[in-house]
Amino acid sequence: MSQTHTLIEDGIPAVAREAAVGVERVDVEAVNSAPKRELYKAREPIYPKLVHGKFRMLKWVVLFATLGVYYALPWLRWARGPGEPDQAVLVDFPGQRFYFFFIEIWPDELYYVTGLLILGALALFLATALFGRVWCGYTCPQTVWTDLYIAVERLVEGDRNKRMRLAAAPWSANKISKKLTKHSLWILIAMATGGAWVFYFHDAPTILPQLLLGRAPMSAYLFMGILTLTTYIFAGFMREQVCTFMCPWPRIQAALTDEETLQVTYREDRGEPRGAHKKGDSWDGRGDCISCRACVAACPMGIDIRDGAQLECINCALCIDACDDIMKKIDRPTGLIAYDTDKNRTLRAAGKKETFNLVRPRTILYAFVLGLVAVMITYGLSQRATIELNVLRDRTPPFVQLSNGAIRNAYTVKILNKSNETRTLVLTVDAPEGAQISAIGETVEGGKIQLNPESDAIHSIRLFVTLSQTSITKSSIPVTISILDPQSGEEAVNPTVFLSEGK
Amino acid sequence: MAENEKDIDEHSGVETTGHTWDGIKELNNPLPRWWLITWYICIAISIVYMVLMPAWPGIHGYTKGLRNHSERANVAAAMADLEAGRNETLKKLLLVESVGDIEQDSELLQLSMAAGASLFGDNCATCHGSGGQGFVGYPNLIDDDWLWGGTFAAIQQTLQHGVRADDPETRINLMLAYGRDGMLPREQISDLVEYVTSLSGGEADAQAVARAAPIFAQNCASCHGADGKGIQAQGAPNLTDAIWLYGGERKNIRETLQNGRGGVMPAWTSRLSDEQIVALAVYVHSLGGGE
Repeated sequence: MSQTHTLIEDGIPAVAREAAVGVERVDVEAVNSAPKRELYKAREPIYPKLVHGKFRMLKWVVLFATLGVYYALPWLRWARGPGEPDQAVLVDFPGQRFYFFFIEIWPDELYYVTGLLILGALALFLATALFGRVWCGYTCPQTVWTDLYIAVERLVEGDRNKRMRLAAAPWSANKISKKLTKHSLWILIAMATGGAWVFYFHDAPTILPQLLLGRAPMSAYLFMGILTLTTYIFAGFMREQVCTFMCPWPRIQAALTDEETLQVTYREDRGEPRGAHKKGDSWDGRGDCISCRACVAACPMGIDIRDGAQLECINCALCIDACDDIMKKIDRPTGLIAYDTDKNRTLRAAGKKETFNLVRPRTILYAFVLGLVAVMITYGLSQRATIELNVLRDRTPPFVQLSNGAIRNAYTVKILNKSNETRTLVLTVDAPEGAQISAIGETVEGGKIQLNPESDAIHSIRLFVTLSQTSITKSSIPVTISILDPQSGEEAVNPTVFLSEGK
Repeated sequence: MAENEKDIDEHSGVETTGHTWDGIKELNNPLPRWWLITWYICIAISIVYMVLMPAWPGIHGYTKGLRNHSERANVAAAMADLEAGRNETLKKLLLVESVGDIEQDSELLQLSMAAGASLFGDNCATCHGSGGQGFVGYPNLIDDDWLWGGTFAAIQQTLQHGVRADDPETRINLMLAYGRDGMLPREQISDLVEYVTSLSGGEADAQAVARAAPIFAQNCASCHGADGKGIQAQGAPNLTDAIWLYGGERKNIRETLQNGRGGVMPAWTSRLSDEQIVALAVYVHSLGGGE
């Protein structure tokens, strides 16, 4: 590296404010860069500079899409029939049901939620193997809300330079009013965030007026309060510290990416040696990086992408937009910072052609398992039983002797009608020859009972099977109880036994 | 080291506490700011708490605080609320014409079964067993043999007024201590044991049975009936079936004749509400023996 570059990079004379013609060097330090990392250090505030470009636009789109879904989803209606909630997405704790559009899950089917979490994890693995930390950079709630909070901050206090000046300025009426406006807006957003969360657990149109009038249940205010507080603190004050110190994902992702994963990369092979570019100087023999530090100023994590891959980097790609903007100004090709793979960097260094290989054993495996779990869940849901039968045989005592010496067993039969209509079902008790069958409040004909269990509820009946001493062949005789929907042909069978002292 | 002189660690540039152990000095790093802030908030909250809530114990009580909070009173109020709410639901059970109608109404049946099961566990299971199977001397409620009747009305009355209980309308029956009180000589009791055994189909000494027949007619038939099948109105058990409250072996029958019997069931009107008794009656009826 020539002496000129060293001079410019290490100690810039006050006159050398220009990185290139028309490009001012931003006075910024990468406060969280690896060389500056210390164990005990107070947080240094970061003032990310607004950038324009395709990734900033993509981030705006994702921000509005994700926030739009979050705030609007509870208000979406979905007709399920009389007596059923008409909210498309609802976690109904008192009613012990989870509704998601056409899917309705009972507590005994919580494994579908487990499946959904596995699906989410695998999708995250696949996306990370292909495109690095796209989750962190675009869709993570921490990123989205922080981005929104910074946008509000920029709206009230102005861009980077104005914000820094305001922070350094002594307290004045102007400063107080700006801070007050900013924090009020932040708290409003935080409360809307916490409030929207509550809508997922109650009927939204019912709970909204209750929330505002102070008549909602305590739990609603508690969760609203917790989420308001965490949103305000995480997105307003802690920001990048949540990603760096609290979140495990930066540590896990190292195991999920490989040398062919697309990641936000500074192409040092093109950029180095870096340094200010003076008017009329040739670009030969030097890199395209003009040390303008626009990438550092744009970074919400306070790092310098030119230091290489580092765990603080959330791959938000804002530095790409910042750099491309500069490259256009100095009339150099864009993409000095770009989505790139480690493999391509090596290939370019060796003078070989770049390759992009999305289909790799790792991505095939993730995609295969992802597809498998998705198919399993879809199959499970499509084959989901709408009747279930549970038979609880009385255990204290297992059987009772009647006055004529006959033996009787009692069973509590629970029929789960998981459909949304009252249906006519036939319960059949397949007991040995000579068995007398009776049920409390029901009529038994030929071992069959006709039932009309209510929609979406558990119907419980008490059933008795009596055998005379002469009909008893052994101490445990199989009895099969089954329930059939004659209309749909759906059936549930539950084998049980008739117990006695035996012969 | 002199007093009031700061000892600065040369490696970290941090002040030390001045304590040295085997040449190792302790750095005097400041407490983390978040920790300090949290601590100050805790102190502030504790002061507010002491003003508002019960806090300091004294010799004759404790400081009540401005809010006069009492967890015990809250629990009592919550329990009263709960009870009132439950009773409101259970009141539906009193609206039916006869208790038997409840079994035909699915909603009322599920309600009384749920309420009855919990009431049975709390009040009845101690004597009658958790499943109603009973024990020696405590009637089995799930078979089809009843001392005082197994209809809804009969079960309800037994629950309300009890047996030999402290209640003006209580049910009373009396099995005399024929042996102990010298009402029958020993040989006649032995003959009666054979007779009673034969009633339920047991093998017995035919001569003794023949000798006991007039004794039974004279002493026992008034309650147990001439055929020994019992009279429910008097609470006299059926001696011809397979069910024995105190055991059906000869030694059990002899003991019954010698010393008499008389179990006690409390009257529940004073302890349970009318609704609860109805729910219990439906539950006991549904256990299997209901008539």
